[in-house]
Amino acid sequence: MMPPFPFSAIVGQDEMKRAMILTAIDASIGGVLVFGDRGTGKSTAVRALAALLPPIKAIRGCPVNSARAKDVPVWAGLMTKRAQQVPTPVVDLPLGVTEDRVTGALDIEKALTQGEKAFQPGLLARANRGYLYIDEVNLLEDHIVDLLLDVAQSSENVVEREGLSIRHPARFVLVGSGNPEEGELRPQLLDRFGLSVEVSSPTEVETRVEVIKRRDAFEHDNAAFMLRWQAEDAAIRERILTARETLKDLKTPDKVLADVAELCLALGSDGLRGELTLLKAARAYAAWRDDTAVTRTHVRDVAPMALRHRLRRDPLDEAGSGTRVARTVADVLGA
Amino acid sequence: MRPAAVRASPAPWQTFLAHDAWTRACLALRLLSLDPGLGGICIRARSGPVRDRLTAQIDPQARRLHPNISDDALFGGIDLSATLSAGRLMREKGLLATAGTLILTMAERATPSLAARLAVALDKGNDHTLIALDEGAEPDEALNPKLAERLAFHADLSDCALHEVSDPEPPNEALDPKTVRVPTEAILEVTQVAATLGIDSLRAPQFALRAARAHAALFGRSVVAAPDLEAGCALTLAHRATRIPEPETAEEPPAQPPDQRETEGGEERLDLPDELLLDAVRALLPDNLLDQLAARAARAGRGSGTGAARKGNRRGRPLPPRAGRISDGARIDLIATLRAAAPWQTIRRLQAGRPGLHIRADDIRLKRFEEKSDRLLIFAVDASGSAALARLAEAKGAVELLLAQAYARRDYVALIAFRDTAADLMLPPTRSLVQTKRRLAGLPGGGGTPLAAGMKDALGLADQARRRGMTPTVALLTDGRANIALDGSADRKQAATDAQQMARLLRADGVEAIVIDTGNRPEPALRHLAQTLDGAYLPLPRADAARLSTTVAAALGD
Repeated sequence: MMPPFPFSAIVGQDEMKRAMILTAIDASIGGVLVFGDRGTGKSTAVRALAALLPPIKAIRGCPVNSARAKDVPVWAGLMTKRAQQVPTPVVDLPLGVTEDRVTGALDIEKALTQGEKAFQPGLLARANRGYLYIDEVNLLEDHIVDLLLDVAQSSENVVEREGLSIRHPARFVLVGSGNPEEGELRPQLLDRFGLSVEVSSPTEVETRVEVIKRRDAFEHDNAAFMLRWQAEDAAIRERILTARETLKDLKTPDKVLADVAELCLALGSDGLRGELTLLKAARAYAAWRDDTAVTRTHVRDVAPMALRHRLRRDPLDEAGSGTRVARTVADVLGA
Repeated sequence: MRPAAVRASPAPWQTFLAHDAWTRACLALRLLSLDPGLGGICIRARSGPVRDRLTAQIDPQARRLHPNISDDALFGGIDLSATLSAGRLMREKGLLATAGTLILTMAERATPSLAARLAVALDKGNDHTLIALDEGAEPDEALNPKLAERLAFHADLSDCALHEVSDPEPPNEALDPKTVRVPTEAILEVTQVAATLGIDSLRAPQFALRAARAHAALFGRSVVAAPDLEAGCALTLAHRATRIPEPETAEEPPAQPPDQRETEGGEERLDLPDELLLDAVRALLPDNLLDQLAARAARAGRGSGTGAARKGNRRGRPLPPRAGRISDGARIDLIATLRAAAPWQTIRRLQAGRPGLHIRADDIRLKRFEEKSDRLLIFAVDASGSAALARLAEAKGAVELLLAQAYARRDYVALIAFRDTAADLMLPPTRSLVQTKRRLAGLPGGGGTPLAAGMKDALGLADQARRRGMTPTVALLTDGRANIALDGSADRKQAATDAQQMARLLRADGVEAIVIDTGNRPEPALRHLAQTLDGAYLPLPRADAARLSTTVAAALGD
């Protein structure tokens, strides 16, 4: 199996790349949704994200990647208390997945061989403190979506089946991709994504040629290509780590808060999640740019991706919601 | 039916293009076996000797998939017999676990979810090759576009006669495609050709390059040369084209391409005559490209690429098993049953004093399938001159509003507009708001009121929808002054009779219907029509989109 295409080698698609970096800086922003046509590099970018994420500290062998020994669930039956560096988990949720695989279920092997009732953790356990990636998220079966929504809301996976009664933390960042022409996403699930971006094929021939060239090099000169771009990826990773530090001392002037609130009010986005996400994204963006305070420019730059999917849908408006956000941003914050 | 024009145009310079569809398909298969990274090929042909002859060239180790394959078979699951005999969990490998050639039969009936699964598997680059056998008869029955996108080649053998085909020559010694170099300008050329043909996706030029590389390897060239690029583009781009490029050099005979044997020595320079690649693709563009594009759009609008004969469109989607008694028609979920019995085995063995598996009645778990039927709301809208423009705009608005709420009810919406002498299907059944907006943007209006024709089309669509397992409902929006009969003549009386006749047919067919009268004064004829239809009659003068959608929703009992 080939290693994924390096993140830094993706040509263009700046908004998508920015959105992914922002969630890597501040996981509480809450994930990215990438919507676009076929062949625009959605899946490539999402799969490349894993290489960007700095490692985390977790107790060795813990099924839910706990950071501290006291957080390790009892059912794991773990003896060791040693922590080690592990890569941030990026768990793939395949479309045909069963509920058992997602939530975890009775460990049949143990039940059959030892007559013992043991819990076999599922994908949600593995994704704790990491990322849960769903390709073709709009085609996901409804009952799995319900399950995800429930867990995403409570940050806890509760398993009540086959005589098991188990709960474990399940905090993860949702990353999804899909093609809107194949089906809409349920608004409840849409709301769980912090940022959303729309991608389209590049229109300039030079850009397209560059894409093909890099892809060709990736496939036929893999070693040299990876060597060159993995260094770039490492640079981005360093910058993400620096930004995480910067974020702690970042100042948020009241003026910016007012801007954010005014913007969301003007757009009529539902609830306060829009404001919170926009503010967090703007802060992460300021940290990424290594600025000391959030300004109106930061808010303006991240507003489309933070708010695009939160508008009450107006089917009679011909323009897409991205345009509507851009228009309102220009109105409220000035061009 | 595509005329044989493509085969019958043997300009002397067309080294590659002189080949017919059969030779191209054979070449594509050969390239695929050289480089599995090309994804695969979609072969459109009815099952028959021609197709059998082609599939005989496929790796005999290839595994077959069918459109209703279960996830267990694809991704692997528990091997029950092995598990029971070994006393520990034994998994069996799915078809996707090992690399190799996969043959998808009846590919046009693959569900969107199967297509998505296979697409993800192809994306992972595990050297899977997918051979999709598309047996679709109608233009709108075809392989799911998501999957077609990931297959480099497409071959249409529907016009091939058995006596025309011949087995290809035995393969010669080929190079490893990975060692073949591609000159930089070739990348530029290929990208430009793809852009000229209106191909948005960047996978297309990548496939063209890969195919060119494999082609060069096949002919023992270590550097990609003009004939390779020509073949690569022709094989991978022609069926993706969305635009017919202007033939600038159509009059003058194109330059003689370098002979294939001459360039064998691994020459560095690419000698590409202008437009050569484009010509290569252009010659393969079907004459009815525009019709095909329309069919492609209709297919996308339907939201599912499956065939017409699908019954109960949610049948077979498994739900979690439930405990229950075995009764007629119920199927036992063996795994779930075992799972329920498993924890008790030690205790039961001690109690019963005998070894083996102890399963009790209350362990039995039954399989459940969701068989919910989707509703299709067919709007038949009067687009005649009498009040066309405003009403059409309202209907469009109502369709979009209803769709916007449809996520909760899982409804599909379709729109038929009737004007002048005939009815048009403006929006095939869809659930996608994006698609709807795109297709409703330009809706013409004006002319007479062929009410009966509109109802006839609605009936046809309702029938079709029912065959796909949906529950159709017709909403008729008109002011009732039918003045065009079914045969297209302007005969008011005949028009009214025809409308009544269609209404009786709709009712006999059991299609639920509502009539919305948008005239300024309620029209008695329409009330009568509604009675014949056994549907609600709603006079709604000057209805706006929001009111319309609420009324329809209310009349449908939501």
